[in-house]
Parts: sequence; C-alpha cells; structure tokens
Amino acid sequence: MSGPFRLDGGAIERGRTLAFRFDGRRLTGRPGDTLASALLANGVRLVARSFKYHRPRGVFSAGSEEPNALVELRSGAYREPNTRATVAELFDGLEATSQNYLGSLRHDLLAVNDLLAPFLSAGFYYKTFMWPRSFWERVYEPAIRASAGLGRLSGEADPDSYDKGFLHCDLLIVGAGPAGLAAALEAGRSGARVILADEDFLMGGRLNAESHEVNGRPGAAWAADAVRELASVHSVRLMPRTTVIGAYDHGVYGALERRTDHLAAARGKPRQILWRLYTRRAILCAGASERPIAFGGNDRPGIMLAGAVRAYANRFAVGTGRRVGVFTNNDDGWRTAGDLSAKGVPIAAVIDVRDGEPAAAVADARIRMNSRVVTTWGRHGLRGITLATGERIALDCLAVAGGWNPNVHLTCHHGGRPVWRDAIASFVPGDRLPGGMSVAGAADGCLTTAGALADGHRAAVAALGELGLAAAAGEPPVASDEATGAASFWHVRESRGRAWLDLQNDVTVKDVELAHREGFRSVELLKRYTTLGMATDQGRTANVLALAIMAGLTGRTIQETGTTAFRPPYTPVPIAAFAGRSRGKDFRPTRLTPSHDWAEGQGAVFVDAGMWLRAQWFPRSGETHWRQSVDREVTDTRGSVGICDVTTLGKIDIQGRDAAEFLNRIYANGFAKLAVGKVRYGLMLREDGIAYDDGTTARLAEHHFVMTTTTANAVLVFRNMEFARQCLWPGLDVHLISVTEQWAQYAVAGPNSRRLLEKIVDPEHDISNEAFPFMACAEISVCGGTPARLFRISFSGELAYELAVAARYGEALMEVLLAAGEEFDAVAYGTEALGVMRIEKGHAAGNELNGQTTARMLGMQRMVSKRKDCIGNVLSERPEMNRDDGMELMGFKPLGSGDELTAGAHLLALDAPADTVNDEGWISSVAYSPTLETSIGLGFVRQGHARIGETLRAWDALQGSDVRVEIVSPHFHDPDGELLRA
Amino acid sequence: MIIDHPLLGPRDAAEFVYLGDACLIDRPDPGDENAARLFHDYLHIRDNPAGEHRELWFHEHGDRSWLVVTRNTLTHEIVRVELARDVALARGRDR
Repeated sequence: MSGPFRLDGGAIERGRTLAFRFDGRRLTGRPGDTLASALLANGVRLVARSFKYHRPRGVFSAGSEEPNALVELRSGAYREPNTRATVAELFDGLEATSQNYLGSLRHDLLAVNDLLAPFLSAGFYYKTFMWPRSFWERVYEPAIRASAGLGRLSGEADPDSYDKGFLHCDLLIVGAGPAGLAAALEAGRSGARVILADEDFLMGGRLNAESHEVNGRPGAAWAADAVRELASVHSVRLMPRTTVIGAYDHGVYGALERRTDHLAAARGKPRQILWRLYTRRAILCAGASERPIAFGGNDRPGIMLAGAVRAYANRFAVGTGRRVGVFTNNDDGWRTAGDLSAKGVPIAAVIDVRDGEPAAAVADARIRMNSRVVTTWGRHGLRGITLATGERIALDCLAVAGGWNPNVHLTCHHGGRPVWRDAIASFVPGDRLPGGMSVAGAADGCLTTAGALADGHRAAVAALGELGLAAAAGEPPVASDEATGAASFWHVRESRGRAWLDLQNDVTVKDVELAHREGFRSVELLKRYTTLGMATDQGRTANVLALAIMAGLTGRTIQETGTTAFRPPYTPVPIAAFAGRSRGKDFRPTRLTPSHDWAEGQGAVFVDAGMWLRAQWFPRSGETHWRQSVDREVTDTRGSVGICDVTTLGKIDIQGRDAAEFLNRIYANGFAKLAVGKVRYGLMLREDGIAYDDGTTARLAEHHFVMTTTTANAVLVFRNMEFARQCLWPGLDVHLISVTEQWAQYAVAGPNSRRLLEKIVDPEHDISNEAFPFMACAEISVCGGTPARLFRISFSGELAYELAVAARYGEALMEVLLAAGEEFDAVAYGTEALGVMRIEKGHAAGNELNGQTTARMLGMQRMVSKRKDCIGNVLSERPEMNRDDGMELMGFKPLGSGDELTAGAHLLALDAPADTVNDEGWISSVAYSPTLETSIGLGFVRQGHARIGETLRAWDALQGSDVRVEIVSPHFHDPDGELLRA
Repeated sequence: MIIDHPLLGPRDAAEFVYLGDACLIDRPDPGDENAARLFHDYLHIRDNPAGEHRELWFHEHGDRSWLVVTRNTLTHEIVRVELARDVALARGRDR
C-alpha cells in the first residue's frame, strides 16, 4: 500500500515504493505518481495557502493548469519555489515543502487576511495605500513586499546546468493525446521527420485519464502501443517531459524539456534543455483544460475539477475522497460518477444544473437535476455542501465539471484571437493561425475521443500533402463517440459567501462585479485591476469563467468581451533555461591574444577590452602598487625600449583596383595619394559628421592596403565598410576581409627600438632611418625567413614600430623580442602604460572619440578634405559644429603640486558657481605622467588654443574633487615630434 | 525568424545584424546644392509602415552580405530577400 486512498489499476508501478517528504512528514508513493497523486493517495488534502487571503487550498487539477498546489521542491541551493505538484514527477527522496504562510500550513497567522477580505478587494493597493505619502516607501512597501509572493528563492546561485538545443523536422506535433498520437502514427508511417512533444512524462494525454476504448482496447493500452510503435520509427523523435512554450516566426517553436527534474540528482547532466524547433508544418494537439463553476466556498481542499478526479482514479489509482460528489453543467461530469463507482469509490451525489433526465444511473447516489451548490463547509478541507434547496450533503470531495476550454494558446502567439463556439460553450482557435500550423482534436473544439482520433489523422494527412509527402493511407483509429451535451452555466447566483474564479490570485465573482462598477470592463483592464489570470497558471482554469461573468454584467456576448492576449511561454520557464550556458564568464566568449599565455606567465594583470583580455601591466617583485609598475614601464620605454601586444586592434585587409578611392571615401582625410610603402593616420566620421574611429592604414602595394581600427570598433568599422562597398558604391572594385585574428602585432617603442629590431629583422631588409623613415611600411621577414609586416608608427611618441607576424608565431615573437632586448633592458608594457604615453603625447582615444566630438574639436579640422566626398563630409559642415567658440582638445595640468585630475571633471571659471550655465568643458582622460612627474589630463574646453595659460576649476562632484588647472597644449611630450622621426 | 538568404538559403535571424530602412542605400549626392537638407532627411527621416517594409540586414555571422529583406511589419512574413548590392545597382548606384 502506498497510501490509504490507493485504488486498483492505473499506470503506476506496484512493485516499487518511493519515499518522499512533505513538510517533513515521511510518506511513500509509486513510480508513475506525481507529487500531487502521491499526496492524495496518502490523504493529504491541505497542501497550500492562497496568495492573498491565505485560504487553505488543496490539489485542484491533474495537470499544468494547477492554480493551487504550488510547493517548494528540494532544498538548499536546489530549492525551486512555486512548482506545481500536479506535474512534479515523484522520485525516491523527494523533499517538498508547502509555502506562503506564517507559522504552519495548518495554522497560518496570515490567514487574518481572510478576515480583512472586505478591505482587500480588487484594486485595494490603489485605494488603501494613498496616504500618508511618507509611508509609501518606509511602511507600505516593506509590508507589502514581506507578504507578497509565494515561494522563497534559495538566494544562492543555481547549481544546475541548462542547455540549449536546435532541432529540425518536417512536422511538429504538440501534444500526445488521442489526436497527437493519431497524427504521429500517420506521419511516422509516411516517413516524414516528426517530432512528437508532450509536457507529460507519460504520453497518451486524456487516454490515460479516461476509461474510453480505442480500437476495442482500453485507451491507455492503445496509447502505450502507439508510443511503442512510434519509438521504433527512425524518423520520429518522441519528446516526453517537453512543453512547447511558444510559436515564433517562420515555423520556429520554443520547447522546454525537463531532463533531470524527475531524478534525485542531475549527476552532471543538464537539468533542462530549451529547444528551438525548426519546423515545416506543425499540428497543435494540445487538448483542452477543464474549467470549474463559481459557487459559494468553491475553493476548499477537496473541491476539484471533475476530469482531474477521473485522472487520479483511472491513471494514478487514487480515490480523491471517501464520499465524492459531482457538480456539473454537462454530460462529461457524469463520467466521473461512473468511473469512480466502477473503482468502488462511493458517490454521494450528482448535482446537475440542467433540467431533464439524469445522464446515467449512479448507484446509491442522490441525483439532483436543475439543482445548484450554494455553499460548502469544512475548515481545512471539504466536509459537505449545501444546495439551493437547503439540502445538506456530507462529502469530502466535490468534482466540479464546468466544461472544457480548448488549449488555444499557441494559435494566438502571432496575434490571432480565438472565436466563441456556442455548441461547446468555449473559445476555439480563430482563422489567423501562425504560418504552417493546423489544429486538431480537443484543442480545435473536437471534444470526443473518436472525434480527436479522426481529426488528428485528418490533420496529418493534410500536412503531409502540403509537405509533398505521400500519406501512408492508414485508417484512423476508432472509438465510440461519448455524449458531450453542455449548458452555458458559469455562476450560481444564489451563492452564499465568496465564489472564487481565480484560485491562485484570490479573485472572486465580487471582484469582477467591482471592476465592472468602477469601469474596468475591458478584459485587459479587468486583468490588471483584479490580477485575474496572472502568475504561474495564467488563469487557465479561471479566465473564461470571469469573461463570461463580465459579459453577463455588460450585456455583451462572450465573443464581444474577448480574451486577453496569449503570449509565450505556455507554462513557466526558469530564467536559467533561457540563459543556458551563457552564465558568469561564459556569458560571452573570451578572446585571448597569441601571447596571452606568455603574459600570464609573466604575472600580468589583465583587463577586459570588449571580449579581449589584455595585459594591463606587468608587476615585478617588490612592486606593491600598480602605479609603480606602470611608471616603470613608461620610464623604461621612454628611456630605452618597451614592447606591447597590440594584436587586439582591428585589422582589415583591403584589395582591389579601386581600394585607394574607396579608402578616400571612408576616411575624412585623403588616401588616394598615399605612396606604396607608406602609412597614414586616418580619421573616420559618421554620416552625421561626428568622429567615430581612427587608426592607421598602410599601402603595401598599388592595390593592397591594410587598415587598423580601434579594438572597440573593429566589428562596427568592418560592418560599415561592407555597407559602403555593397550598398553605396557597388561599382568600385574593392574587397575586404578582417584579418584581426590572423596577425599578431607588437609595438616596439623607445629610442633603442630600431637597434632591437635590427637584431631580428633579416639582414636583406634595411630599416635605417633613411631607408625606412617615420610612417614607412614594408613586408619583410624576421628570424631567418618568417614573413612579417613592419610599420614605423608611434602611439607613444617615441621612435617606434609595429611588427606583425602570423598569429601562430605571436608568442614566439614576444619571447624573441624580449631576449633580443635584454641588452637594452627592454620591458613589456601593458595597456595602462600605453594609455599614459598616449596622453603624454596628446593622442585622442576612446574617451575623446566618444560620439560627441568632431574633427574640429579634436584639432583635426584641416585633415577633413573639402575637395572630395567622404562619409560624414556634408554634415560635418553644419554651422553649429563649426562655431568659433567651440570646444577644443587641450591639455591640463593641476596648479597645486600633488593635486590629481579626474576624468569626467567639469571645467569652470575660478569664481563661477558649479552649474550647467557656467560649464566650459570637461576632462576626458587623465594619467600620472612619470615623465613630467605630475598628474596630467586631456579634455575639451571652449576656444582652448586661445586660452593657453589660463587657470580654471576642474570640478568633479561625483569623485569629490575640485582642483585648479592650467590650460596647456595637449602635446605634453615632444610636441615637435623630433623623437619619432629620429 | 528565418531569412532566406539568396546565396545561402534559409538562415536563422540570429546570424544577422539589423540596420534599418533600405532607403539608406539612396545616399544623396554630396554635390547637390541642397546637400545638407538631403543628408538630414537621409539620416533622420523614416517611414514607419504598417505592412511591407524594406530593410537592411547584414549577415555578420555568415558571408557578410548586406541583404534587403522585405518584411511585413504586421505579420513578420518575409516576402522577398535580395542582395543589397543588386538592389543598389538596380537603383543606379555605381562608383
């Protein structure tokens, strides 16, 4: 025995027992149980407290639509709040805890809210917490936050892993109930590539929950055979435990597969996989969800959906009560009485709101036609009901059958709206389905087993025809059509007490009436005002009922009242599944330069530069502060020679007869006349005239250039150049390719840089000052025949070169350079020293090219050629960008010795108040200059060149700094450029 | 979304980078006497159609083709995909 309520039969494994805990209580279940069925088998009826009023609640459904039975699963970092017990597969050792109470589940102190219910009606937030204003953040918000929400997050990082996957198929079938299985059998036999996905761990849908027969056999057995046949077909992929969560554009579907949720431990396997399914056709066989009827006190544990009561009896072999009643508005409800009777569960009563003859005879039950339940009793669980006639009936479970809502959700994900069908009193899919989708079975309003089987088969034949595949010409499976007569009956008007619509959010019929009175009549407003249909279940058992009641109040039809928009996901998806493996340092790829390992071996400190890791400085023993390392790297480079990895700069190879003309239009300055064997600095503008990137371009041959871009803009510049090439000037003969990753490149800077290079450059290449002057470039070889490119360019202001070799030689070259440089005490320097030296030299970088600055502001207005067309040329002429009193890039030095400048400081006249009106500019880059032995900065100030020597305030409220600065030339070091030409 | 690349066949939209209205191909003549106004409109003035929209997509994680994709902004249906280079040539752009 695994619980006192266990019946015979069902799809559970009798031979094995699974031990689990609920709120610390040790219980047992069987393989094949959900947590909900195992709890019910053990007679546990109170499993949760409701969201707002903290009412006692029990299991309400047997599927993913469950509004009540939300629990926390597992413990510690693995704790998962708000899990639906009705879909949580039982495993040995499962730990579950109820949630949303203060004290204990049985004696919840917050149940006081239920007494305060008259004050907590719809919209009470907006009415109650208005005054006093000072309470908003200090009293109301903390109090509301403390009581809001349901389960608790673990507060720890998720220890599980999650994957993403991609699958392609001809035909996706969503749902493996009668329609889905019939469709899959037909499609599988035709050879189509089929994916059959079902959210349940046992395929078969309602065939497992009902007592219908298919092809003369029990439905569940037929389903098991069908699944077995499908599993043997190579072109069919069965995906149980997989919820198709959304229909996206062009036949793409999202699906969440739960891989290890049903196991005690994941053992390194991904917990869940978020699939992207690329489909040519899809058949939605998502079935239907039952809805309740609203009547007084209809939320007590023991009051359940009638179809769920059948599912627990037929599939899980669990009796949901000792004396069960049925309250129905349709023929389907009567099946619950019949099925339970057949299992030996006593039926106390069947109450049908319709007049006429009973739909079936039920032994020993009180049959009440044209009758209604007006209230119920029982504190922690149902003990009885009262009918409108005053008749009281003792029972511990009431199966409520209010009709079935087709699960139309996915049909509406592209903006389609469902349409009302009177015959079944439900919404069915409208005409505007996502492309390639068809709908079959109960999801399409076909609510009988026989109909669903035939409809699934028909839909598969149609889809195969559209795919150009021959159908297998099989016959659809056969079942008898059951009676489905139903009445449009929503709400017992003579109810006593509150009649619940949305159990999860505690929305009652009264709340809908209040919303109507206060003017919130549109369904979208009704939802926001009352919280109807929000949270984990999205109102799957509640919405249609509430719409029908709103329709009644407004005198409109239900079709006119309409539904709220259905959006993905169909059921909740953990954020972790959307993240997949993109967590922490794997959030995006890390790019490493070829000499990264070498730098790591030197103890380098690294900095993120986009996706790249770059060496920031190289600490040596005895250096305790980064400034010591950086100052040394600057001083040694300027004193002798330093080497810096500049591989991360974007490199673009440009070839073609029109390459020079093309560059002439990409750069603001001229490139057409650049001589072969020469390099030129270039500035790029956006089309609106603002500067956006700079770098150097070398002309290696008449029709061959190689460009460098900044590290940050490498991708954007390449994209924009491809745009110009393909879209603006498609007639130019020019071709581009990114070679950033193909070349490792090193700056060799300092007065001894030439002497160092002469030791490794092969002797046939003359790199003397005469043969290879400033801004020369050449394709050479080093180290006895290794091809290389040498550029005599300088970012530091020193005599300097950049040497590039094939990426695979990068690390070796770094070692060769430092070995050859040993006699000069060569140092490796990082990005920090690089930055110090470029500020000393007055070169603009990212802080100056910040998307607000023009060539004129950067002091490069003379470079912008007026005689040619280039990107940004026309709009760089706008008057406002060419004012005589515009900002100019200048240098700044603090007046007080020891004062430090800060980047971001605003420049003000000495006696001016610190406000926007008096803002004269800003400091963009700062560094401590070991060369000048002072803090220095670059920045922009109005009419700067005319104001050299003037003193201003550099005011920085963010960093709490206010120092006096002198405006100086931006070229602190070697302003005439003698060193770099030496 | 799936974009049916004229050279490579159907590709996932994740491989592409979106730029915007395909009118960006029609860069004005910088020598026009109204060049400043024409460039202003070219850069900043856009239609916002409910229905078919011609837009530029860049196959950045693929073959680096710029494409002109005609997409229905109401349904996301893609009715035509062309190489932007072909479109530019057809619209008279050359050197």
